[in-house]
Amino acid sequence: MKILVLIGNVPDTTTKIKFNADKTAFDAAGVQWIINPWDELALTRAMELKEAPGSKVESVTVANVGRQETEATLRKALAIGADKAIRVDADARDAFYVASQLAKVCQGFDLIFAGVEASDYNGAAVGGMLAELLGMQSVSAVSGLQAEEGFVRITREIEGGSQTLTAATPLMAIVQKGIAKEPRIPAMRGIMMARSKPLEVLSPVDTETRVSFASFDLPPAKAACKKFSEEQAKELIHALRDEAKVL
Amino acid sequence: MSVLIYIDNTDGKFKKAGFEAVSYGVALAAQAGSEAVAVSLGNVAEAELLKLGNYGVSKVLSSTDERFASMDNQAAAKALAFAAAKVGAEIVVLAHNNLGKAIAPRLAVKLQAGLVSNATGLPLNLSPFTVNKNVFTGKAIGHAVVHTAVKVLTLSYNSYGVVEKPVSVNIEAFDAGLGDADFGLKVEQTQKVTGKILLSEAEIVVAGGRGMKGPENWGGIEELAEILGAGTACSRPVSDEGWRSHGEHVGQTGKIIAPNLYFALGISGAIQHLGGVSGSKVIVAVNKDPDAPIFEAADYGIVGDVMKVLPQFIEAAKELKA
Repeated sequence: MKILVLIGNVPDTTTKIKFNADKTAFDAAGVQWIINPWDELALTRAMELKEAPGSKVESVTVANVGRQETEATLRKALAIGADKAIRVDADARDAFYVASQLAKVCQGFDLIFAGVEASDYNGAAVGGMLAELLGMQSVSAVSGLQAEEGFVRITREIEGGSQTLTAATPLMAIVQKGIAKEPRIPAMRGIMMARSKPLEVLSPVDTETRVSFASFDLPPAKAACKKFSEEQAKELIHALRDEAKVL
Repeated sequence: MSVLIYIDNTDGKFKKAGFEAVSYGVALAAQAGSEAVAVSLGNVAEAELLKLGNYGVSKVLSSTDERFASMDNQAAAKALAFAAAKVGAEIVVLAHNNLGKAIAPRLAVKLQAGLVSNATGLPLNLSPFTVNKNVFTGKAIGHAVVHTAVKVLTLSYNSYGVVEKPVSVNIEAFDAGLGDADFGLKVEQTQKVTGKILLSEAEIVVAGGRGMKGPENWGGIEELAEILGAGTACSRPVSDEGWRSHGEHVGQTGKIIAPNLYFALGISGAIQHLGGVSGSKVIVAVNKDPDAPIFEAADYGIVGDVMKVLPQFIEAAKELKA
């Protein structure tokens, strides 16, 4: 079994979000870039599957769409344990553009992992679009996955509960929290080895942009917090009823 | 020309997120001068379908094919594309819940449509089609412009609200012509959480953080939640410690929620936590640290010991509900 994990390069989740002066683009000055949190969990699960006793997983490949500066994120994925990385050399414009770029990378894999969304533009779309472009079965909200012979057993979240199901490979698993317990942190040995692992760069295909952002805004500032003392706790509840009218 | 609204069901019942999508779709159709049409997939009884009329939609397409119960994204996207073609849909609206999120990207590819997920509010403009969406997990708002003729939107939960506008309903059965090969998922087992308010549906959420000191102190949170008919949640350290299940984790990498009222008890309000709850209409914070960032996001707050405050909250809530 060959596994592909799609990797998003996103600002660290503690980043204070700023935009440029005319508010048309994210201000990346001083930003630390990380593997999109759900993609990191997906990669962790892929490595667990590969390392399991009697594993049928031959290789774990990672892929992204991004410029050269995103290679640090791919190298981190290699340091975590992926065998090979592929980068499509283009700016990630919108979800359809990214999915179209990745479609040609996805050939020959039995299991593809995508994160439920990227923590930057929250598109929640690349995995599903890619599956549709490939005519591949997809399962979303995946919080557990076991590889069996020729199929996978999946736990997914549904409204009000969870469900276990089976699906044949090839399959696109769109994963969320729970797929792995804790994201793996690269060890020194992994970081050394990552330097010599293959990182292939592909040129993009020409695709239309379907959605763009005209501009951005920060949420309106909140009014100051109305403070009550420890002894006035009951009055706070009364204010929720009489003033905020939410009780 | 029409606005097609997909309304998903759980065991044959519609939920609030679906009614909200219908309310939104009806307003969107009015704005665009077109007709709103709802579409339901799966075994939903006529009485349930008729409920959609309460929210202003007079035409409902229904495919009662039992196989949709497996919630197969591929099959659902195919059926919705069929329905969209049938009614000449210009815009398709889905709720941004597990199922809507799963289907929308596949449907958008089929319809050669631009997709805006997590949309909040009606379009600012119809030409060019511009709609707000949450980005950076609620830390900013993007004005998304869709360049394609057909658009697909998923609606952020509790961002528009449910609007009652009763009309009579005309139900039309349809068959999307799917074969067994379209349904590739084999469901083995379904576990439902019973007797609890779902976080995704809760109008009020009571959440605890590390300031609660340990899982043995959650009785008060559960009691307050029960009195208020609220859902219970927790911060990431709490679920990482195993005090509460991962399903309760709200925040950037857990669940994103937007209730009308959110209680953050003993939660300091790390930026990742705030990202997951900033859509809440009113936030109440209790924390012993006056400089905790949660107070910047909160509308009402108490700097103090949550163990002393919580029993008073419970008492006041009991009096209120009595």
